[in-house]
Amino acid sequence: MKTSLAVWKFASCDGCQLTLLDCEDELLPLTERITIAHFLEADSSTVEGPYDVSLVEGSVTTEADVARIGRIRENSKVLVSIGACATAGGVQALRNLGDINEFASIVYARPDYIDTLATSTPIASHVEVDYELHGCPIDKGQLLEFLGALLTGRKPRLPAHSVCFECKASGTTCLMVAEGRPCLGPVTRAGCGAICPRYSRGCFGCFGPAPGANTPALRHQLTQLGMPAVHQDRVLRTFTPEAYDDAST
Amino acid sequence: MTHRHDRLLHVAALARVEGEGAMRVRVTGDTVTEVQLDIYEPPRFFEALLRGRGHTEPPDITSRICGICPVAYQMSACAAIEDACGITVDSGIQDLRRLLYCGEWISSHALHIYLLHAPDFLGYSGAVDMARDQRPVVERGLRLKQAGNMIMERLGGRAIHPVNVRIGGFHRLPTRTELDSLVAPLTRALDDALDTVTMAAGFDFPEYECRHEWLALVDPRQRYPIDGGVPHTSQGSFPLREYTSHVVEHQVSHSTALHARLADGSRPLTGPLARYALNHDRLSPLARQTARSAGLDSVCRNPFRSIIVRAVETVYAVEEALRIIASYEPPPRPAVPVPPVAAIGYGATEAPRGVLFHSYTLDDSGTVLAANIVPPTAQNQTAMEHDLRGFVQDHLTLDDHSLTHACEQAIRNYDPCISCSTHFLDLTVERG
Repeated sequence: MKTSLAVWKFASCDGCQLTLLDCEDELLPLTERITIAHFLEADSSTVEGPYDVSLVEGSVTTEADVARIGRIRENSKVLVSIGACATAGGVQALRNLGDINEFASIVYARPDYIDTLATSTPIASHVEVDYELHGCPIDKGQLLEFLGALLTGRKPRLPAHSVCFECKASGTTCLMVAEGRPCLGPVTRAGCGAICPRYSRGCFGCFGPAPGANTPALRHQLTQLGMPAVHQDRVLRTFTPEAYDDAST
Repeated sequence: MTHRHDRLLHVAALARVEGEGAMRVRVTGDTVTEVQLDIYEPPRFFEALLRGRGHTEPPDITSRICGICPVAYQMSACAAIEDACGITVDSGIQDLRRLLYCGEWISSHALHIYLLHAPDFLGYSGAVDMARDQRPVVERGLRLKQAGNMIMERLGGRAIHPVNVRIGGFHRLPTRTELDSLVAPLTRALDDALDTVTMAAGFDFPEYECRHEWLALVDPRQRYPIDGGVPHTSQGSFPLREYTSHVVEHQVSHSTALHARLADGSRPLTGPLARYALNHDRLSPLARQTARSAGLDSVCRNPFRSIIVRAVETVYAVEEALRIIASYEPPPRPAVPVPPVAAIGYGATEAPRGVLFHSYTLDDSGTVLAANIVPPTAQNQTAMEHDLRGFVQDHLTLDDHSLTHACEQAIRNYDPCISCSTHFLDLTVERG
């Protein structure tokens, strides 16, 4: 019996579900083990639940979606939220730090036509989530490792350490130590393979905080490197706007 | 046909598009009386949340509007901010940007052709279903998509939301070895792209002719437009800074995406058909010859045949990527400094789905005071609704199931990127 997989979208850019289609070499072999039962971006036929595994992309931003995620939970044996929107509210959670009415009035001439909640919240704020894959977007290798683990019945290896570990493992020179450049690597969850430092760029936190992240200590270091507090706030509050605040309290 | 007076067709979720939306068509008697493309994708308020951000941030933030065309967002944002700050990047950087963008075109067009659109013509629900009978075809599509993604991975760090782009250029220049590693997969991709044109040209296309006003960039460098150019319609050109007075957005009650009209009231059509109509003579000789062999004249007005134009553009993008790699001379620095200036800047590039316009108002510290983003799908909404009206009117003899399927296909012609325009479609045809 093949494992049935459903893919769902809430407020998001489609990038995390696209990651599944970006598994070009593995996609067709995967379908020998997995039935894609519901994945509207990729297939117009859908199979009724219940589903063995649901991957949920995007954050909850409307009343209708609050109800929809409840129904998906009831219909899914394993529910996995994928990506920064689903795990932390995403870039659209910047509204949580501002005024939704002001946001709507800036974008729309008739904000009254727009149906939205004042907040953008992660899936786990609404229903019980079995696993979370972090990242903006999620990493393809990690998604394959995760699906492989589920198919073979073992526990998936999901990193709980920081990007610094991946940098060290790949032999990348530390930008902060060697060049005095700001980097969120010490407080950011691993999983991307430490791409940015390999491209001569400090980590900008798109996987959100690592468990136990010591954000105040990093802020102190960023201040030492001459980064004003307002810039620190911006870089920490972008793709997972509230997560670093939570991690450091 | 069923000449019953009231008809209602409903597809709760249109598949194989990017994002979420609904389609409502009302037919009264023998007349289509109402067509609404309802983009119910929840709004994400990007233009609002960009306010107060630094001028270096929009390329990374706006790339999150769309996972399928993040490079388009990065490139239009860079162009607009560099325009505000009065900066022109080195030509080598410009070439690398075009190369990165070719990667996105190849990947996005291959995704649309093989995974979203071809199943309509071949009678499958999707590519996985199609792979049961036609595995080599689907594998070719995936291989082509992968070639595009490899460009974005090598040069941009990753295929979705590349990390290496910054205003002024790149964080790090690619090494010669990194670029050379792309030659073999791209050489194979060129054969795959040519085979794709042959495949697409062999599909059965419904008879339908659209009369919209073309809207595309024309690149003053005499190249096919990708990474920049001057906005054109068939009436002529207009300055980029006047974009929003020529392409006027308005809000409708049934959609979270804005609609657009041209200033004279006509319906704009942006994307492959418009680009091709206004620029086909700037394609490479091979791409032009391929287009001719596929039966395309200098203008194609059948939106169902846009899949052929996308395939021709894919041939061009693969060749262009190979050309850029072969002639690449590393620029003196990865990025040009972009000190902030209090000013308004404008930028537009050709996303795979059409013109993507950005403008930013900056203060002298570089803080974004206002942002305006006009994505292709929003500009095409009026044309899409019009096509549906015309197509349904011409095919009322079809039964509800076939008509509904044809409407979905008509929407997919546009490869609508609904996450961009605010992103999934839900189709209702009401015969009332």
